[in-house]
Amino acid sequence: MAKYVTKRVIYMFLSLFLIASFTFVLMKMLPGSPLASAAKLSVEQREVVYEKYGLNDPIPVQYIRYMGNLAKGDFGVSFQYKSADVTTLIVKKLKYSAILGTQAIVFGTIIGIVLGMIAALKQNTVWDYGSTIIAILGISIPSFVFAVLLQYVFAVKLEWLPVGLWEGWKSSILPSIALAMGPIAIAARFIRTEMIEVLSSDYILLAKAKGANWFEIAFKHAFRNALIPLVTVLGPVAAGLLTGSLVVEQIFAVPGIGEQFVKSIATNDFAIIMGTTMFFSVFLIVIILIVDILYGVIDPRIRLSGGSK
Amino acid sequence: MEKIVEVKNLELSFHTFAGEVKAIQGVNFEVFKGETLAIVGESGSGKSVTTKSIMRLLPKSSTEYKKGEILFGGKDLLKISESEMQKVRGKDISMIFQDPMTSLNPTMTIGKQIMEPLLKHQKLSKSDAWNKSIELLALVGMPQPEMRMKQYPHQFSGGQRQRIVIAVALACNPKLLIADEPTTALDVTIQAQILELMKDLQKKIDTSIIFITHDLGVVANVADRVAVMYGGRIVEVGTVDEIFYNPQHPYTWGLLSSMPSLDAGEEKLYAIPGTPPDLLAPPKGDAFALRSEYAMKIDMEQVPPLFKVSDTHYAATWLLHPDAPQVDPPAAVIERMKRFPGSRYHVGIAGGDR
Repeated sequence: MAKYVTKRVIYMFLSLFLIASFTFVLMKMLPGSPLASAAKLSVEQREVVYEKYGLNDPIPVQYIRYMGNLAKGDFGVSFQYKSADVTTLIVKKLKYSAILGTQAIVFGTIIGIVLGMIAALKQNTVWDYGSTIIAILGISIPSFVFAVLLQYVFAVKLEWLPVGLWEGWKSSILPSIALAMGPIAIAARFIRTEMIEVLSSDYILLAKAKGANWFEIAFKHAFRNALIPLVTVLGPVAAGLLTGSLVVEQIFAVPGIGEQFVKSIATNDFAIIMGTTMFFSVFLIVIILIVDILYGVIDPRIRLSGGSK
Repeated sequence: MEKIVEVKNLELSFHTFAGEVKAIQGVNFEVFKGETLAIVGESGSGKSVTTKSIMRLLPKSSTEYKKGEILFGGKDLLKISESEMQKVRGKDISMIFQDPMTSLNPTMTIGKQIMEPLLKHQKLSKSDAWNKSIELLALVGMPQPEMRMKQYPHQFSGGQRQRIVIAVALACNPKLLIADEPTTALDVTIQAQILELMKDLQKKIDTSIIFITHDLGVVANVADRVAVMYGGRIVEVGTVDEIFYNPQHPYTWGLLSSMPSLDAGEEKLYAIPGTPPDLLAPPKGDAFALRSEYAMKIDMEQVPPLFKVSDTHYAATWLLHPDAPQVDPPAAVIERMKRFPGSRYHVGIAGGDR
């Protein structure tokens, strides 16, 4: 296991290197400059600024310098904000997005699994149809529609929760629920389909023949087997949630990373674009690694032996 | 002899989108203590359905028990509640399934799977159940049982997995063991080992076995008595000798004639013509009549009752009616019948000496 994880971590750094290089090249191909909006600057002033940030050097030189700094863990400074260090900036913003994303994925998965289990165990009943309808709504209605709806009902009309901004944990409830609708739908559908298939398998029949009751059959025998495909899809869903909550963050005026990312692209803030991309990449790669390790925990057939034996 | 289970006039239908499938149409049989009853017949003849109805393992939503009773230990298994049935399953009656590759839970150690019925039915403590499971694994011939307990099904071969399934089935010393084609998915050498193991264990724990198969070679090897099923009915039942050497039903003749044998010459292997009956619309009379060259007019109109051949031997064919004409079974069957004292072709010492 340790050997396997080490191998994966090495691959992780290789992937990050490639992502960094690729993003750097793409970014340099973007039209415009970080100073585009600063129209008042004279040509000489521009030159001074370019010189200061090293933007006049040939691109290969910039690339090597950037990668060198990156290897030391230095993401550079933002062009938008006065002498703001990219790492501090991202970490500050990421905190809010991470809270929303984690809550949404945990809440969404649990509710989704419960709905899916009910649907599978009570197949073709009102429960099943109800859970199916929730799943279809969750998949087909974008999360920002839920966001606006929740905001209107619970914040504006009922005044139970804050409308927006960040005033502690309470502010995270509505955006988290809005973001959780997708994971609820996905988890419910996957668990339902998989449970129905598992419940009709031979080993479930054998478990019944051993005298197991429905509870033991559903939870001791079937659940773990039905979980495997869900783990596969939840990895990318989790990554998407943590990074793609941009619109929902905007609706609730949460100062998260999504908002920051779009702003940095609009202003050609190279350092922030690179920094955010690298953060997202690390995040996604780590999630994929966790998913792969989880497989082994759930399914002994995929236990990882690091290539040896 | 003590009857372990008695199935009386069982009638059962499945409700499907295409309509009502009359899978079992009046089945009667009993299993005595310590014996092995083999149920043979082709696919769709109702062998598995009959035994699954003893365990009540058929899907509740589509199965309708129309008539009959299944008596086990003084109770009608079709009438008791689901929770009472759970106490019977795995304890008094256990089951072995056809495909050992799929009948063990892939995400559970085999130790846990063997311990499950022990913990549930015998209320053993965890450590007692663990030790008993090791004993069971040793009993079914698994080397290094302690080490194997912690492994998962994918770490075992097909034959080993079937041994584990047998260990699970025998964990609570069941009165009745239902083996639903337990060797069909195994290759021939492993088949022989598993059959030997089952015979051996039957003697040790004194259980009765219902052995479902379509392999007559296996029947000859394991069975005391044989029931031949066709189209949802038992068409012939008798001791293994009676069925093999004095068969009466044309379907049994067909089955025996289509058995390959080593001393057969170059001639083509016999096959029963036609296809099994459609149980969505079962034929009116004898279900086998349309495929039988011995069919008479009455076979198309009325279902034959079970005629008595001997105290242990019954067959449902109009050929046994006193008014029926004498017909000769196929040559291969006559050859067999010559060896059976009491059959009309028997060649005794008087007639058979050279």
